[in-house]
Amino acid sequence: MIGSHLLYLVWLRMAETLFFNALREATDEEMGRDDTVFVLGEDVGHYGGSYKVTKDLYKKYGELRVLDTPIAENSFSGMAIGAAMTGLRPIIEGMNMGFLLLAFNQIANNAGMLRYTSGGNFKIPLVIRGPGGVGRQLGAEHSQRLEAYFHAVPGLKIVTCSTPYNAKGLLKAAIRDDNPVLFFEHVLLYNLKEDLPDHEYICPLDQAEIVRPGKDVTILTYSRMRHHCLQAMKLVEKHGLGYDPEIIDLISLKPFDMETIAASVRKTHRVIIVEECMKTGGIAAELLSLINDQLFDELDAPVIRLSSQDIPTPYNGKLENLTIIQPSQIVEAMEQLMTLQV
Amino acid sequence: MVAQNTTENQSLPEFGERSLPHVDTSSMQLSKEEGLMLYEDMVLGRLFEDKCAEMYYRGKMFGFVHLYNGQEAVSTGVIKAMRPDEDFVSSTYRDHVHALSSGVPAREVMAELFGKETGCSKGRGGSMHMFSAQHHLLGGYAFVAEGIPVATGAAFQSKYRREALGDERADQVTACFFGDGASNNGQFFECLNMAALWKLPILYVVENNKWAIGMAHDRATSQPEIYKKASVFGMTGVEVDGMDVLAVRKVAQEAIERARAGEGPTLIEALTYRFRGHSLADPDELRAEEEKEFWLSRDPLTRFARTLQERNLATPEELKEIDNKIQGVIDDAMTFAEESPEPDPQELHRYIFAED
Repeated sequence: MIGSHLLYLVWLRMAETLFFNALREATDEEMGRDDTVFVLGEDVGHYGGSYKVTKDLYKKYGELRVLDTPIAENSFSGMAIGAAMTGLRPIIEGMNMGFLLLAFNQIANNAGMLRYTSGGNFKIPLVIRGPGGVGRQLGAEHSQRLEAYFHAVPGLKIVTCSTPYNAKGLLKAAIRDDNPVLFFEHVLLYNLKEDLPDHEYICPLDQAEIVRPGKDVTILTYSRMRHHCLQAMKLVEKHGLGYDPEIIDLISLKPFDMETIAASVRKTHRVIIVEECMKTGGIAAELLSLINDQLFDELDAPVIRLSSQDIPTPYNGKLENLTIIQPSQIVEAMEQLMTLQV
Repeated sequence: MVAQNTTENQSLPEFGERSLPHVDTSSMQLSKEEGLMLYEDMVLGRLFEDKCAEMYYRGKMFGFVHLYNGQEAVSTGVIKAMRPDEDFVSSTYRDHVHALSSGVPAREVMAELFGKETGCSKGRGGSMHMFSAQHHLLGGYAFVAEGIPVATGAAFQSKYRREALGDERADQVTACFFGDGASNNGQFFECLNMAALWKLPILYVVENNKWAIGMAHDRATSQPEIYKKASVFGMTGVEVDGMDVLAVRKVAQEAIERARAGEGPTLIEALTYRFRGHSLADPDELRAEEEKEFWLSRDPLTRFARTLQERNLATPEELKEIDNKIQGVIDDAMTFAEESPEPDPQELHRYIFAED
């Protein structure tokens, strides 16, 4: 009895880990496991990455495996693609994911389409990761949400992480995947803390995560907005509103985990989508049309879409807050759906 | 023989041609076998492209088709100096002949142009997207300059295997082909910088055919002598007569040797000319007749046929025999392409992901 109890404790041993360190651990573990894995990007080596995700890894793995590149996004992205086509497994760190607009051609034409165009001659095991999203008054160019811009490119997988736990498990899975994966982190989540298991684990890239089970309304969200939804729940509790939503973190933006989404919609018949990208051509726009295509008969009310304003993110703090969705708006949307007579 | 008996015009015409670099190949060792192999590869390129033009105008192939006629000495001169199926080659939208020199069978290249399942890219790529993992052909890249970073990545991979993974045998060299138009694109400069910085084993081969569709090279660049652009990166840059296969072979061999020895990249500017329009859809109205005549008189096949005979390495009959043999290869490729099946519509979504 005592023996098995001890074993249980060992199994559950946890270590408090910061979000950026969870990503670092994932990178370190995968580089240790497979010597074809390498990191490249701006300031990933000596500087340790602008958010310290690769701190000191060059000391352990050398400067070729943690390669500081010149500021030439399109070219070093293409270079990573060529390395992937010839058998290596590169991880590109976008110092800020917005900079990858400069690499759009390589990511779309060559990372996304080349395998198909080549009739299966080459595979491209490549991860492109880094911080995206609206930070704190970083201005329009550093506050972009490229997931929607890249969404139409065939051949890419698009993944977003939101907690230290899933950041680590998903990054490891992305590195092991044989396809190009765009891996979005959020600039305001790097200092989140969570107890992570000491043993190795992997999170599947294609599975949504039920953050909070519920029965009244399905809230579909991802990245930092997951935490906004949880804050909205605190407001619900504080005001004794009694709503019981099911909050789902999409994790995979391409493809969507329609199985998990459908199971929830069949239960709640009401949907709110909360996203940080802009409304026009956004992630929610695509998800909404899939829900209409596949689950229209399940809906008791039109789907509510909560998205950022269709504007360049303003510098001014108050204007910036008005640009992205706030927790109170999520509560209002729940209220709207819950008071609807059906 | 394919090579016509014309007199080459060596003097510079009055309309302002750049003076052609002279590489002395007279002391270059050349066996009969080697000479005939080079000749055969150039004939293959020429006759293949002629057949493409015929098939395009007969409605058998579609889209944009860019032919390589006139530039054969560059493909043959560089790629036949490399190790087949081991060294890497990347190309542009004008890629049929680079694929052939790399060893992709004419059947597979022709079938690709016909959009057939038996094509080297399974009929999914087309004229501008020839690929062969087996032959280390990294592809035809349809957008100008986008293949340069990818080729640079293949070269980085060789260095990585040798230095980070300690694989002593990893000494593959990459040849990256592109045109004069690409040499004004940022990816060209960015990659020259990285390749020189990290001493990557790569040959950047500019096929300067003087025209980027209708944009004359001199109108597009502040420094028309492209090979000189290597110097600012501390890289070796050489110009070569791209109509002289032995000269191209010589500079390629030297560059490959440097690359394998870990001495880094080389920028090779081959001065050449396309004997047809930019693509088969190009009316080709801007190039002066006298310019075309000047370059036609420098046909690389004619020139090399003469060299082989001067060196007593081949008789006109032997060369004619090669022409006939290659014509047979082309005819066979065409029959193969015509008779091959189209891709299965059930497989429309195949090859999107690695697991497909």
